[in-house]
Order: sequence, then structure tokens, then C-alpha cells
Amino acid sequence: MTSRDWSQHPPYICPDYKSSVLRGPTRPLLNLASLYQQQPGSAGELLGKLTDVYQTRSIDCDLTKNGPPGGEPIGERIIVGGRVMDDRGRAVAGALVEIWQANASGRYLHRADQHHAPLDPNFIGAGRAITDRDGYYRFYTIKPGSYPWANHVNAWRPQHIHFSVLGATLATRLVTQMYFPGDPLLDLDPIFQAVPAAARINLIAQFDLGLSQADFALGYHFDIVLGGPRETLADTPG
Amino acid sequence: MPSKPIPSQTPSQTIGPFFAQGLTAAQSDYPFDSIIDNTISGPGQVVHIQGRVFDGEGKAADDAMIEIWQADCNGQYDQENFCGYARCGTGYRDDLHFSFKTIKPGNCGVDQAPYITVIVFMRGLMTHAFTRLYFDDEAEANARDFIFQQLPEDRKTSLIAMGIEGEEGLTYVFDIHMQGADETLFFDI
Ligand SMILES: [Fe+2]
Repeated sequence: MTSRDWSQHPPYICPDYKSSVLRGPTRPLLNLASLYQQQPGSAGELLGKLTDVYQTRSIDCDLTKNGPPGGEPIGERIIVGGRVMDDRGRAVAGALVEIWQANASGRYLHRADQHHAPLDPNFIGAGRAITDRDGYYRFYTIKPGSYPWANHVNAWRPQHIHFSVLGATLATRLVTQMYFPGDPLLDLDPIFQAVPAAARINLIAQFDLGLSQADFALGYHFDIVLGGPRETLADTPG
Repeated sequence: MPSKPIPSQTPSQTIGPFFAQGLTAAQSDYPFDSIIDNTISGPGQVVHIQGRVFDGEGKAADDAMIEIWQADCNGQYDQENFCGYARCGTGYRDDLHFSFKTIKPGNCGVDQAPYITVIVFMRGLMTHAFTRLYFDDEAEANARDFIFQQLPEDRKTSLIAMGIEGEEGLTYVFDIHMQGADETLFFDI
């Protein structure tokens, strides 16, 4: 088994998601970890540490404030937080969590986004955080709007926040998208639906009153579980 | 026996077309800084890496992101003052090249050639793909590299970067083909 549990991840070619058809690899992946079996001691590539390398400023995790000084973005202020852990449930401290998203109208600041919806001069839509020693991260942001895309007629993306996570080692690398509970577009979205049915729930944040702040913002809880090197290379089996 | 249920890995999703405003903001002139850019610095020989990412119809992607991960000039990861990680988008230059300025990694052992791990992310790619860059001027070392030796013969050339003297100095060209007759060899790790 490799670090990625393929029962949880989408396949490379998903015909309903059109751009995957010409962009996903078609030939089987070669298991690099197994090629290292000859000389496991030399797998610095797989064991080299990537946590605690980067530092962020406190403003970096507040997307409601990291735009032009003094400006406030339009939209519903929310808190998104959770715990980053490995697939044995152990906290991953010092992980770099980066997010980017559309504004409340469903428009990205990105030049390639030509959706006819207003940009928000006070919203960049990008942030980052480092997990604390218990693996927790927290962002303040604006609930992103849905937006249309060209995959098929009348195609709309569910509301989502893009996540990039760099954990302890190379094998933990994850890029994903967090969705919101109860979004009717989830059933219609080929990117979300490409995930094996039983695993989809792990992409949907949970509304969390405890994470909410009175008179300020609603909270959404989103835990992230990373893959990682297998025992043969990483640890002594316990 | 495990006492707690094993949590399921969070599924991967495509990076989508709009990552540059967050992940490679400085390269693409968005009003956010970049915590990881396209330069790796340290002692050793300065080299450039560049290439394009082609889809199944041979079209270069303007919305791919490439990350690289490498050892220092002594073949060591985990060095105090060396961070061997960098990233670059393909859409920030008109010619759709990604480009890195780095130092040539050393051998990680007597049976290993210098190499750089390359990770591909892009719109349409549901989960990232790992590959490896080997150097064309290290033919002897490549031949005794115990990983390289185990690769299928007909896929080996897809991992070899060609060194040329470019305007900026020694540049290794590493094009990535997602599909087709020249499909790059991708790894699971
Ligand atoms: Fe998006």
C-alpha cells in the first residue's frame, strides 16, 4: 500500500469532469516506496521534514482583514477551523495550510475568472496558517458564492474553499476543496461526485456553534486527514 | 490491536484554474505574497529548471502548478539552513513555462544519481502526480541509480532533463506529458 489510500481519492480520469479526460495520466503509477525497499535508509526524499519550515503572520489567516488596510469585504463572515491529523489520528503540528476562494459573489480575483459578478476591492481571497501543536488551524473569511463554469450547460460549482496542505513529509501533500453542508449543488458537481461515494462526507465542513463567535461569525469545522509514509520506511511498527 | 477507528484520508480535489491568487501570487502579480516561491538557494552549482506541461492533445497548460523537492548539494534533506522546496505556476509567462532557479542536488548515496522530485497540480488533475527529474549529463550516475534501474526501459527517457546553455546560465529542460506516446512516468509514493 502506498501513502495514498485510493479508496478515498477520485480516479484521474472522470468523464463527467471534462478537463480530466485529457489531463489525467493514463498509465499506472509506479510505486516509488516499493522501489526503495532495497535501500530504505536512503529514502531522504520520503522522510525529509517539511513541517516547521515556514512561518506565517497572524494577519495571514484573516481573509476579512488581509486586503487593503481598513477595508472590509462584503458578505457573510465565517470562521473555518479544524484539526490536521495523520491517518492514525495523530495531530500534525507545524503543517502549512493555505486557502484560496471566490468572494461572496462567486468571483475570484484571478484574471482568468471572467464571471460577470463584481470583484470586491477589499477581498483578496487567499490566506494561510500553520497548525498549532495540537494540529489546529483557524481562518476568518467570507462565505464564498457559487459560480458558473464551462463544464456543461448551466454548470455551477457548489460553494467551496480550496485547501493546500503541506504536512510532515512529501507523502502528506494534499490539495482539496472544502464544501458547505446542505448545498444543493453538491449532487450536481462532477468534481465533488468524482470522489468515491463513502468518502464525500469528508469534504463537507460541519456547522459548529462552538466554533462560532457570538454577534460576529458562524463557525464551520473541517478536519483534514493526511496520508503518509508506510511503516516500512517511516516508523518502527508499534 | 488498534483501539480507535482509523480516520479516513481527506479526498483530493483538483487545484482548479484559480490557485495563482493564493499559491503563486507574487509570480503572477496578485496582491498577496508567496510563502513558497520558485527559488531554492544554498551552496552548490546554480542551475535553472524549466519546462511545460502538455495535455493529451499536446497543448501546453497555462494553469498548472509545479512543485519541486530536492536534497542540498551534499545529497542531504533536513538541513538547518536549506529548504529544498519550491513552486511555480505555468501561466505567469507568455510561453507557459514553469521555471526554477535552484542548485544542483548531490547524490543521496553511492547508488543514487542526483534527482529532483517534481509534483504536478492542475485544473483537470483530480489528485497531484509525482515524477522525478534526472540530469542528462549524469548518464553514468543514472545508470547506477538503484531507483532508475528499476524503471521500465521505455519510460526512462521521460524523466531525463536536457541541459542547455540558456540566457540565464545552465538550464535543464523538463517537459511533462500527461498523456500520449511520451507520457511521463508518474509515481505513487
Ligand atoms: Fe474554485
